Amino acid sequence: MLVVVGMRVVVGVLMVGCAGRGIHPGILSGARQAATVPGVVPRTLPGSGVISHTGRMYGNDVIDPNEPLNAAEQAAAEGTDDGVASLSPAGRREQAATDLAAFDALIAADQRIEPRDAMPEKYRQTLIRQIAQHAHSEIIGMQPEGNWITRAPSLRRKAILIAKVQDEAGHGLYLYSAAETLGIDRQELLERLHDGKQRYSSIFNYPTLTWADNGAIGWLVDGAAIMNQVPLCRCSYGPYARAMIRVCKEESFHQRQGFEILWTLMRGTESQQAMAQDAANRWWWPALAMFGPPDTGDAAAGPTSGSHTEQSMAWGIKRFANDELRQKFVDMTVPQAQKLGLTLPDPDLRWNEERGHWDFGQVDWDEFWRVLRGDGPCNAERIAHRRRAHDDGAWVREAANAHAAKAQTRARESAA
Amino acid sequence: MASATYLLGLADDALIYAQRLGEWMTNAPQIEEDMALGNIALDLLGQARALYPHVGELDGTGRGEDDFAMLRYEREFRNVHLVEQERGDFAQEMARLLWFSAYQVELHRSLSGATDEVVRGVGQKAVKEVRYHLDHAQQWVVRLGDGTDESHRRMQAALDWVAPYVDELFDDDPVSVAAVREGSVGVHSPASLRPAVQHVVELTVSQATLTMPDPPAWRSRGGRDGIHSRPMGYLLAELQHIARSHPGATW
Repeated sequence: MLVVVGMRVVVGVLMVGCAGRGIHPGILSGARQAATVPGVVPRTLPGSGVISHTGRMYGNDVIDPNEPLNAAEQAAAEGTDDGVASLSPAGRREQAATDLAAFDALIAADQRIEPRDAMPEKYRQTLIRQIAQHAHSEIIGMQPEGNWITRAPSLRRKAILIAKVQDEAGHGLYLYSAAETLGIDRQELLERLHDGKQRYSSIFNYPTLTWADNGAIGWLVDGAAIMNQVPLCRCSYGPYARAMIRVCKEESFHQRQGFEILWTLMRGTESQQAMAQDAANRWWWPALAMFGPPDTGDAAAGPTSGSHTEQSMAWGIKRFANDELRQKFVDMTVPQAQKLGLTLPDPDLRWNEERGHWDFGQVDWDEFWRVLRGDGPCNAERIAHRRRAHDDGAWVREAANAHAAKAQTRARESAA
Repeated sequence: MASATYLLGLADDALIYAQRLGEWMTNAPQIEEDMALGNIALDLLGQARALYPHVGELDGTGRGEDDFAMLRYEREFRNVHLVEQERGDFAQEMARLLWFSAYQVELHRSLSGATDEVVRGVGQKAVKEVRYHLDHAQQWVVRLGDGTDESHRRMQAALDWVAPYVDELFDDDPVSVAAVREGSVGVHSPASLRPAVQHVVELTVSQATLTMPDPPAWRSRGGRDGIHSRPMGYLLAELQHIARSHPGATW
């Protein structure tokens, strides 16, 4: 039954000033265990969720729940999602790798690198950049949908949307903690985001114009994200791989919820159907662009291509080429569009019997690079919003730190 | 029938405060707080969603949750003014949450003893949740009161700001008195909840090195009769706009 809404968080517990200190042990250890959100102690409230998290309110029974709808569910159905099992085989060596030869041996054996292990500086920096970009995407990605919380058209949709945006915050925190295991703290990463020194997924530079955009984001954007992220569950860096397992599971629900929003709209009034079609038209190409530029050809030239990709492949950070994942996404999504009754805005889209794949047209890579460089509809707005929230909250964070310091002093004095 | 009207006020309190708290998501002082306030909003939304259909049963109209939330006019909402006030700074939110959650702890404790099965269920579940809301508010009020000079000043100002809206929570209006007399929704009238709530708030305020405000020169009135303050119309415009733009649509 499809009733799970991401994580529930105990609101009474909050870790302040968690730079470098908010790392939850779960992310550090190679042990097989349930992922938890660092900085926030997850606990299941007794009886919580009975009212607001029942199947009647969250689930949907209009879509066959047994049919995989995204890459995470596909992997689960095929039994190839046991990333955790391969992360920490029982026979994993006792001692941390102490030199780079050991690092190379671990990579060659497709074993996981853990925070204590020696690693090339470039490997560390590549991962910091990638994990931070991923974390930033979760945090910035809260905005397009957060924009609709107060306007959701029904209470059920409002509850689902709040839970989803909450999940994204959780993913962001979880990923920042994974990055912290590489020796950088969240504070610094946030500063890099705010100063434009690190990126977030360019997809979030597009606006959410109608309610249907929440459906299209779930279905297409989360669907594409999952396609990118499922292979990361086997990433060579243990904390990142483990974080991705949980993230993919929750994203998978989001993708289903998005599909269901569109499903409902397409069975609704004419204006609802038009709204859904318009959203699909606007989000289809940006979603395809999420897989990055082509691996070959003219459009391949760009800051993330070439030797960089090869190195990431060799290190087991990247597992599939951009075009390969894009094709898989198209193949999975086109039949879903047909099921929904939506037209995808690509005149070149047709089934190729010979290849056994869907042929599709070219992403507008000029637009992709333009938006990536900052000239998209919402680039300035997203960062300004994020900075405003951060700056407005500065006095709160300072107060919390000051209070913690006072409490510590008092405790020390009373012990003396 | 007083019971249905009384419960509608409680459901409206929960919905309207959930709406305000939802505004914090992406605007909170840190990411943990985006999650925490979203969580509280979800809990309150859950209370409203459980109560509305029951009100529709009790009043014989058969209305569902969205009929109540999306298709009533401002004059038909029975929430107190406290929850409809615009989002202020974080200290104001914590002052509002401190009073509201302390009140809800007592309220749901009372509802837990209701003879009406649905009301009892809501109370028993919610009382566990709202204890966490209270805990969260208390922790922040203490941190901010006993933090920096600026946070102390802001937290004190926030307690002053919220003070005029507090009394309304505890008014024994004719509907709540009649509802309690009917006996199916618990035995405690709003006024009888006040001493325990007051005690909890005073304790927190003193722990936070703050002082309870002097009695305010004015106090809010009329929410339970559908007389609201200026921000309410705008809140409903945002809440209801999409649903009302598509009459009869399913979402």
